[in-house]
Amino acid sequence: MNDMRRIERATDMKETKISARHVNVHYGDTHAIKDVSVEIQDKTVTAFIGPSGCGKSTFLRCINRMNDTIDIARIDGDIRIDGEDIYDPKVDPVQLRAKVGMVFQKPNPFPKSIFDNVAYGPRIHGLARTKAELDEIVEKSLRRAAIWDEVKDRLQQPGTGLSGGQQQRLCIARAVATEPEVLLMDEPCSALDPIATAQVEELIDELKQNYSVVIVTHSMQQAARVSQKTAFFHLGTLVEYGETGDIFTKPEDSRTESYITGRIG
Amino acid sequence: MTDMTASPAEAPRRNGSLLTADDRTRRRNAAERRFRVYGMIAVGLAVLALVFLLTSIIRNGAGAFMQTYITLEVALPEDKLDKSGTRDIEELKKATTFTYSPLIKDALEAKIAEEGIEIEGLSKEGDLISKEAAAQLRNFVLANPEVIGTTREFEFLASGRIDGYYKGRVTMATAELDGNISPEQLMLADALKEAGALETRFNWAFITAPDASENRPEASGLGVAILGSFYMMLIVLVLALPIGVAASIYLEEFAPKNRFTDLIEVNISNLAAVPSIVFGILGLAIFINFAGLPQSAPIVGGLVLTLMTLPTIIIATRASLKAVPPSIREAALGVGASKMQTVFHHVLPLAAPGILTGTIIGLAQALGETAPLLLIGMVAFVREYPAAPPEGFFDPASALPVQVYNWTTRSDPAFVERASGAIIVLLVFLLIMNTLAIILRRRFERRW
Amino acid sequence: MTAVPLLWLILIVLALAAVGYVAGRSRAMASAGGNSRALHSLPGYYGYNVALTVLTPAFGLLALWLLIQPVWIDMRVSALLPDSAIADSSTRDLVMSDVRRVAEGLQILGAEGAPDVVDTSFLEGLRDRLGNVGVALGSEIDAAVYRAALSYQDMTRVGTGLMWAAVLLAAVGGFALSYMVTNKDFRARNTVERGILIVLIGAASIAILTTLGIVLSMLFETRNFFADYPWQEFFFGTNWAPDFRGNSELAILPLLWGTLYISLVALIVAVPIGLFAAIYLSEYASNRVRAVAKPAIEILAGIPTIVYGLFALITIGPMLRDYFALPLGLGESSSSVATAGLVMGIMLIPFVSSLSDDIINSVPQSLRDGSYGLGATQSETIRQVVMPAALPGIVGAILLAASRAIGETMIVVLGAGAAAAQFNRGLGELVNPFEAMTTVTVKIVSQLTGDTDFASPETLVAFALGLTLFVITLGLNVLALWIVRRYREQYE
Repeated sequence: MNDMRRIERATDMKETKISARHVNVHYGDTHAIKDVSVEIQDKTVTAFIGPSGCGKSTFLRCINRMNDTIDIARIDGDIRIDGEDIYDPKVDPVQLRAKVGMVFQKPNPFPKSIFDNVAYGPRIHGLARTKAELDEIVEKSLRRAAIWDEVKDRLQQPGTGLSGGQQQRLCIARAVATEPEVLLMDEPCSALDPIATAQVEELIDELKQNYSVVIVTHSMQQAARVSQKTAFFHLGTLVEYGETGDIFTKPEDSRTESYITGRIG
Repeated sequence: MTDMTASPAEAPRRNGSLLTADDRTRRRNAAERRFRVYGMIAVGLAVLALVFLLTSIIRNGAGAFMQTYITLEVALPEDKLDKSGTRDIEELKKATTFTYSPLIKDALEAKIAEEGIEIEGLSKEGDLISKEAAAQLRNFVLANPEVIGTTREFEFLASGRIDGYYKGRVTMATAELDGNISPEQLMLADALKEAGALETRFNWAFITAPDASENRPEASGLGVAILGSFYMMLIVLVLALPIGVAASIYLEEFAPKNRFTDLIEVNISNLAAVPSIVFGILGLAIFINFAGLPQSAPIVGGLVLTLMTLPTIIIATRASLKAVPPSIREAALGVGASKMQTVFHHVLPLAAPGILTGTIIGLAQALGETAPLLLIGMVAFVREYPAAPPEGFFDPASALPVQVYNWTTRSDPAFVERASGAIIVLLVFLLIMNTLAIILRRRFERRW
Repeated sequence: MTAVPLLWLILIVLALAAVGYVAGRSRAMASAGGNSRALHSLPGYYGYNVALTVLTPAFGLLALWLLIQPVWIDMRVSALLPDSAIADSSTRDLVMSDVRRVAEGLQILGAEGAPDVVDTSFLEGLRDRLGNVGVALGSEIDAAVYRAALSYQDMTRVGTGLMWAAVLLAAVGGFALSYMVTNKDFRARNTVERGILIVLIGAASIAILTTLGIVLSMLFETRNFFADYPWQEFFFGTNWAPDFRGNSELAILPLLWGTLYISLVALIVAVPIGLFAAIYLSEYASNRVRAVAKPAIEILAGIPTIVYGLFALITIGPMLRDYFALPLGLGESSSSVATAGLVMGIMLIPFVSSLSDDIINSVPQSLRDGSYGLGATQSETIRQVVMPAALPGIVGAILLAASRAIGETMIVVLGAGAAAAQFNRGLGELVNPFEAMTTVTVKIVSQLTGDTDFASPETLVAFALGLTLFVITLGLNVLALWIVRRYREQYE
């Protein structure tokens, strides 16, 4: 199946959704991201891999300006989504984040009901005019996140009462409810057991039909399973970026090869 | 999944540019700014309240540190003060303050005549001088009988109203309506000031003198109160520090997890929140009524404040014991030290700065505590300094905050100034203690 | 009076302990032939062991003796007093206090002035002589009182002598016993450490003793109060009118109304300001603002309540009266619910803000990230995610603040007034914030200060008020701590 998918990928040339050029990030005195440039395609799953502390999560958080919430972070360079510079002073990060959703490492449902968790985004962005519309959005999002059947009878119960895998899928439903164009996922399966991981991975594969998905992962197997493009980060630099199949079978850089074969990381 | 495949190419609804904010975002951002402004207002109000409080106290109390004095040449005639001529102290004591006050009045009149001051309608010029003056003169004569028959220069306190006149509390207009002072008397005071017989200067007596009675605010001071507070702090320090540290060591290092320790824990956290007045009731019922300790004594105040301070010290001590890394305990245990040796040789010295800081903060709280002291009789009017410890712990004394309360209950407005002045003294002590605590913390905290 | 000779006894025991240290140490060294490595424990521990065995029983006995002797002698002497010695207007307790004072005076006068057989003229002379040495008595000394005082004095003398003997015996006995067991194989360190552990446990138990002391002392006097005054009247009556000549009406409801009303005003001031200040400082403020504003607010917490009381009395009270109450025609008193409530509110601001700050900070960052990641603004995140998550904790903080407001004394003593709420004057006056009103704590102070007679219900009511206050605040605290702890566990 993997082979088949690789063929499919190669033939499928898509337009660029996100383009980053010469991005540098400093946390206080630490130079966390060093001159990273990358083009991320629409309707594709792109995986960021690399050893811990290599800057892959930091870079991911630049794409929806989550680093703005950290006082000591400083970002230079230029990141464009659909050709618009997201660090332009005129851009409101709130609007940007509605367009670029995010799913986090640890499932973080709000201490509210399942319904309110999913309805939170649509409510703050005003996506529903009536209760019926809101109900519809919530149902659609939960269906997309493949959790509707499990929770449809207990929408008013707290989201924190679900199992880990369900919580993470709830968070994905919450993210897709605002109808983003890009979905960033920061190690979405690291806190989940293998069964839940399989469910989420299946979901990611579905999601790429509508979104540009960027996933940070620790697991190379996961990157190989779900992504079409892979970027390898090491010590804050982007070492190699290309088709997932190429990266795993014939890496150009020796560091990538060392990582893939388990010598560093 | 069915739902999704049904509309595979569903486009996101909003395709607007990121560079232009839509209406809704603008509204949300306005709400954001409003929310932030509420926060700023709240912080501003809190800081403003502090500033207002402090300036109000300082404005009202600064005057207490200045005092007006009148200098007069007083003749001390033998025929009035020592009719027997023997200088026998028992004989001299028979001359009361009623004998002395006319002497001062004469001296003042002589001064007025000498300076050629003439003020129309002036009467009762003796009111310029504090009622304390006669007692002051008498005490001086009793201590130095040889001065009888001479004329000497004395410096007397001006009366509260005259003093208030130079601090702006009394004006010509208010004097008009005041039964205790007249504008003419104020004019006389001005004339005396002109002549150099009256001056306003720093008032050490406010800090050292004992309290004075209702109608002589100008003579009242904080001496006994400061000494009483100091004694109580001494008792609190000597009792609360060792007991608090011992209790914390047990709870933090040795206590097994059982119902008894749970009970102690619950008790400590509740005691920290029990209203202070309840501790006063405890002191009254147990220490005074049951154990028979004397009322108004620093020992009772000290014991009550010890019980109140213990939870603070225990909580601080436990926090600093907890902050000592377990590696240090393991290192000591690893070389064969007993648990007790580990705690006393290694953990306790490392936690000492934190414990000391907590103790100072506890003492500062105890110093400002008023309500429980009211119940154990520390409101009594005390003019005698308590003796040196340990007997002094059993002598009646006042305490700084209680003295403030005491003065607020008196009718003469000069006492409001005294009370605010006493608060300034109290706040200065608290400032010193807290600064000390901060310095200690800064100095020693960066250990790991 | 007895403090100084007692000090001597303590010093003697301490000296014995010091000698014991040296002796125990050298005996251990001797038994090991001068080689400290042959000892089970360090030589010092043998010394400490002896010293502690001297100190612990001796001081334990001393403390016990001092506690029991006066009570026991009181009972014995009280039994000696014939009923005829107690005047109609007096009580046995009052006569006993006279007995004690006469005995004390005789002690000061010395032995020469205490013949066993007495006549009236001697008793009259005695009162003057006692007065001269500073023991003032309210009435002539009754012959029975005099005799009781003599036996009081005798018993005290004998008792104190016995105490000396017993304490010294305990000290010497402890010395001898521990000195005997000292040899090189004795596990001195373990014994000493066990002793220290007992001392530590004792120190920790003081918290329990304090609570017990509070509860028992108040329960005991409250029982006396309810023996004189019906409890139904106290809890359900509607009028507070104490009268030291008798026939008082002592109902708690008017006082509780004042207490709760003032606390409510204080919370209305403190909760929004404290909460918003905490939110602003923890979520928005720049480091510079935080560095100034946070300590400034904390200073408010370090200011003693008497300072707030004076502030209410001389500044806020007159200000509220002149700018609000008088122009609005709502009252002319500068002490009022509004004055006390406003100032108490200021006092509670740092309390609410620091507790809320802790609680807001304990809401995990992941929840905030989740909300920002969905495109929520900061205020939306705070209002819709952080606040609901922190709500239980904040409710706990507010309850703690309420308990503090209810128990606060000095601010209300100086700022609220002394007149109890009058239920029969209609609702308007009850809810007028510019009306002077009194509280439970104010009345505890006023009933227990000054010359008090511990037999009258007017005084004893203060203990019932204190107990009620204690129960209310304890309930609030326990509830609040429970909520806060449950909340903390949720995120740990």
